[in-house]
Amino acid sequence: MTVTDVHKDPTALTMTVASEWDAPIARVWQLWADPRKLERWWGPPTYPATVVEHDLRPGGKVSYFMTSPEGEQYHGWWKVVAVEEPHRLDLEDGFADTEGNPIDTMPTMQSTVTFDELPTGATRMLIETRFPSVEAMDQMIQMGMEEGLTSAMGQIDAILAAA
Amino acid sequence: MYNHMVVGERRVPEAERTDLLFHALADATRRDIVRLVLHGEHSVSDLARRYPMSFAAVQKHVAVLERAALITKHQQGRERMVRGRIDAVRNVNRLLDELEASWRDRMQRFGDVLADFEKGEQL
Repeated sequence: MTVTDVHKDPTALTMTVASEWDAPIARVWQLWADPRKLERWWGPPTYPATVVEHDLRPGGKVSYFMTSPEGEQYHGWWKVVAVEEPHRLDLEDGFADTEGNPIDTMPTMQSTVTFDELPTGATRMLIETRFPSVEAMDQMIQMGMEEGLTSAMGQIDAILAAA
Repeated sequence: MYNHMVVGERRVPEAERTDLLFHALADATRRDIVRLVLHGEHSVSDLARRYPMSFAAVQKHVAVLERAALITKHQQGRERMVRGRIDAVRNVNRLLDELEASWRDRMQRFGDVLADFEKGEQL
């Protein structure tokens, strides 16, 4: 079981990805809470992510970079807005310069991740992403593409990895 | 009427249209107006009653949306009616589609990592 529903609202500029995992809630939470696990899924195999700082407390910071096949580094950060282990995570997500300092002129997006235990023992995870404007959304998606997130190569690798 | 609008729109360069679209949707009131008039026609005065701002301010928002081709206006009796344009909103949808693709990939990797995690626990 993976993604069960994707809801996109073009006027509210939000997207919600619903997924279900055949695993206990504590384990699903660990994929966000353990930096070594987080970096294995955040970036595609062609642009592996390296998590540098990882302070999952309110006001805490998570910083990471992704490395292109040519060795270029793309830095990003999360500001932890609220944490309710293992049920909820509120993040602000943005881009950073090569030293890992947030770029103030770049837009940020807000994400809320919620985790629910289902009667079957499985876990439902909802990731809601909110953009402040279409311009911000476009910029974030363009940057995401530069990081290889939506490149065809990344998709092929994901399929091969799952095979 | 629809064809006529499409022809008219081709005169505006693509890049400029994108700028207009981004600017138009950068404001919460304008986004709300678009959402409203996509579901049905509203007169400008009806829209003005819904927001805590002057008639002129709402009129200005409507004009920005019209320039971005997100809405169309037409006269009906004494009222000027505003209607949303579905095709313009689809542009935004295209961006959301790209975002969806990247999250679907990410969730596939999430499942792989979770499966490895489970195996590790059993050892």
